[in-house]
This record gives sequence, structure tokens and C-alpha cells, in this order.
Amino acid sequence: MIPPSFDYHAPRSIGEAVSLLANLGGEAKLLAGGHSLLPLMKLRFAQPAHLIDLGRIPDLRGIREEGGELVIGAMTTQADLLGSSVVRSKVPLLAEGAGTIADPQVRYKGTIGGDISHGDPGNDQPALMIALDAAFVLTGPKAKRTVKADGHFLGLYSTQLAPDEILTQIRIPIPPAGSGWSYQKLKRKTGDFATAATAVLLQMKGTNVVKVAIALTNVGPTALRAKAAEDALLGRPINESSLAEAARLAMSICAPTADQRGDAEYKTAMCGEMTRRALQAAAARAKS
Amino acid sequence: MAKMHQVSFKLNGKSVAVEVEPRELLIYTLRERLAHTGPHIGCETSHCGACTVDCNGMSIKSCTVLTVQCEGAEVLTVEGLERAGVLHALQQAFHEEHGLQCGYCTPGMLTRAYRLLQENPNPSEQEIRYGLSGNLCRCTGYQNIVKAVQSAARKLATTPAAA
Repeated sequence: MIPPSFDYHAPRSIGEAVSLLANLGGEAKLLAGGHSLLPLMKLRFAQPAHLIDLGRIPDLRGIREEGGELVIGAMTTQADLLGSSVVRSKVPLLAEGAGTIADPQVRYKGTIGGDISHGDPGNDQPALMIALDAAFVLTGPKAKRTVKADGHFLGLYSTQLAPDEILTQIRIPIPPAGSGWSYQKLKRKTGDFATAATAVLLQMKGTNVVKVAIALTNVGPTALRAKAAEDALLGRPINESSLAEAARLAMSICAPTADQRGDAEYKTAMCGEMTRRALQAAAARAKS
Repeated sequence: MAKMHQVSFKLNGKSVAVEVEPRELLIYTLRERLAHTGPHIGCETSHCGACTVDCNGMSIKSCTVLTVQCEGAEVLTVEGLERAGVLHALQQAFHEEHGLQCGYCTPGMLTRAYRLLQENPNPSEQEIRYGLSGNLCRCTGYQNIVKAVQSAARKLATTPAAA
């Protein structure tokens, strides 16, 4: 399977990439890790006349800590995240999530920015980003703007990223020490998308939840924030009744598409189970 | 037809240059232009891992990478594992532990296991299984592949020059 013909561009700076994108207009696609785009091109679901490869722009790569935030270049790979000591120590939810994505070879190529920008509800980074309250820097020909992860994902393959913008940076507030985290993902096999997955980040005071974020993967047209489930847990301990209530509320916003991974009822039930497990694991890791 | 691109890279330590259309996938350049048929075409959809090669210190599926993305890269295929006619410790261990039956997945398994041991010279069984989870084998049930990687890791620990 060979992709249709296209012209290839390999800019060396963000500015060069943005102006190429502006000049080529709707005929161009950005190439990040390529593990979603190239398969789509092989199948003729995408037939861009131009590919702009972001892989040769050093400023788009790297992880650094800056003023209480982790600042990650959009072309940083999932393998970079998994192997980063600063990610593991400061934002372990991100390392845990990255480790569940695809397989080793795909993680060497797949990027955090590509994962976010593709807008596929099966991708894992959107829910992780929502749970972590991340912000995205979108760079256009005239200006940069920063948008919150919660609200960025508009629908199937649709995000706030405008056609002339490039996601250049991901900014994640470093969670307070003692936060608990978990990403629980049910998949049929390595390399498959989630049947259902849940990201949780929480803080406890004594035995009670004082702050919690819950986000769901692959049970709707986008990653979903389970706001009602979060609210129901505030001020309560993690026990059988609060877990059952949170799982029920998370399931109530699920609208999965039936496919080979299961029918809607099964996927919704698995989302409830992943939510329950993620909350339990996060609470067990939290220190008040 | 799209504009052709000159692409130069190192293949198993030797400089090579090819002229390709941007849409040409690395697996085809390796197999059809450069006669390196070790990397196999299995699924062609980045699932099976038979086309795995090492590129700039990363294991990649060469069916899902464009040759133009490899300008200046250092590429290693299974053909580059042996040294002066002596099999690499991993190749020898796959032979001794019977880590293959039909052999179709083997070049990908070997190049992937090579990078795994570079990054983690003493992996646990679980780390080997996780590290090789992007490579499918339909014959062995993986047991002897895991044994072979463990055996190679032990051998390399005592003779690191062979790494």
C-alpha cells in the first residue's frame, strides 16, 4: 500500500512551517509522527497535495520545567515522555498514559502534538490532557494563542486548531505534591485503541477527595470530561458507594460507537469499570 | 508526478544515496532499491513489526516511514547485525533457543530486541514482552523468543564488546 503522490517540505523553523502552511492553504497537511496520517493516506482517506514535515524543527522538541509548568514541544514523542525523568517525577500520569499507547515502535515516532491534533477519540492524549488541565499553544501566521485542553476537542477529527495554525507547545501545570493519578485502559491487544479508558488526577485531605479531574477516552465523539462524576466525589471518601456513583455518572455521558471492540452497552460498562479502577488506584497513590 | 528528492543516509554503516518520490516508504527503498530484503513486508499497516529497522537509535516500522524522512539518518537492518561473518549474540541466541519457526518475523524481532538491549541490557521477562509487543509472531507463542533475548542479554553482559 503506497500513499498517493504529494510534494514534501521539511521546514527548519516554526516560522518557516507556519508560512508554508499559509501559502499552501488547504492543500497541505502537517506530518508529525505519521502513524495516523500515513495509514489514512495509504487508504486514500486523506490525499493532501503537500506534506509539511515538522520533524526537522528543533524548537518543537523537548521537555522542560518552567514556573510550575511542564512545557513540552509538540513533536516530543511518546517514547520521550515515557523515558523522561522529569515527566515521571513531576507528571507521572503522563508517563503512565504514554506507556499504554500503541507499541514501542509507534511510540518512538508518535508525538504528543500529533496525538492531540488528530482529534481521534481513540487517541489517549486528549483525555490525559483534560485530566491534567493542560493548555495548548497554537501558532498561526499572525499570532499565537493559548487554549485549554478542556474545550479544545470539538467533535470527531475536529479541534479548535485552525487550518493555518500549528500546535507548537503543550503546557501542563505540575500537580501539587501528594496528588494521586491513574490511567486505566482496556484494550483487546497491544496496538489497539482503547475499548474504554479513564484518566484520573486527584488530591485527598484526610480520607476525603478535595480535588479531582476525570476524563474518558473513546466513549464519545471526543475525549469527555466527566464533570458530574467529579462533583459527586468532592468532600467524600473513596468507598464502594462513592465509586458506584462516580462510575454511574461517568457512564451517563458515554455515547460510544459500536464496533469490533463491542456494542455501546458493553463499552459504556467498561468505561464505568475503568473509572472505578482509576479512582481507586489514584486514591491509593495520593498522600494528604 | 511529484518532485523527486535526493536522500542520503547511512545503511549499516555505509553511505547510500537514492532518488525517490516523496511517497516512497522506507521498506520499499530498502528492499527494492538497496537490495536489503531482511526487513519484511507483513501487514503494511504498522501492526506486525516484520518491517522493523533501527533508525537513529529508534526501532521503527519502515512501512510507515517515508524515505524522505530519513535524510541524514543512520539506519540499521538485520543485515548489519553480524560482524565479520560472526552472528550477533541475539542471532546466535535465536538459533540456539529455537526462537523462530517460519522466520518471517525474525528480522524485525532481532532489530527490535537489539534496540531493547541497548536501552536495557538486563530486562526482566515482563520488560522483554512489553518491549517486543510491537512485533507479532504466529509460530512460536513467544516463549522461545523471550528465552533467546534473555540468553543474549546474559551473553552480552559477559562479553560487552559483542553488543
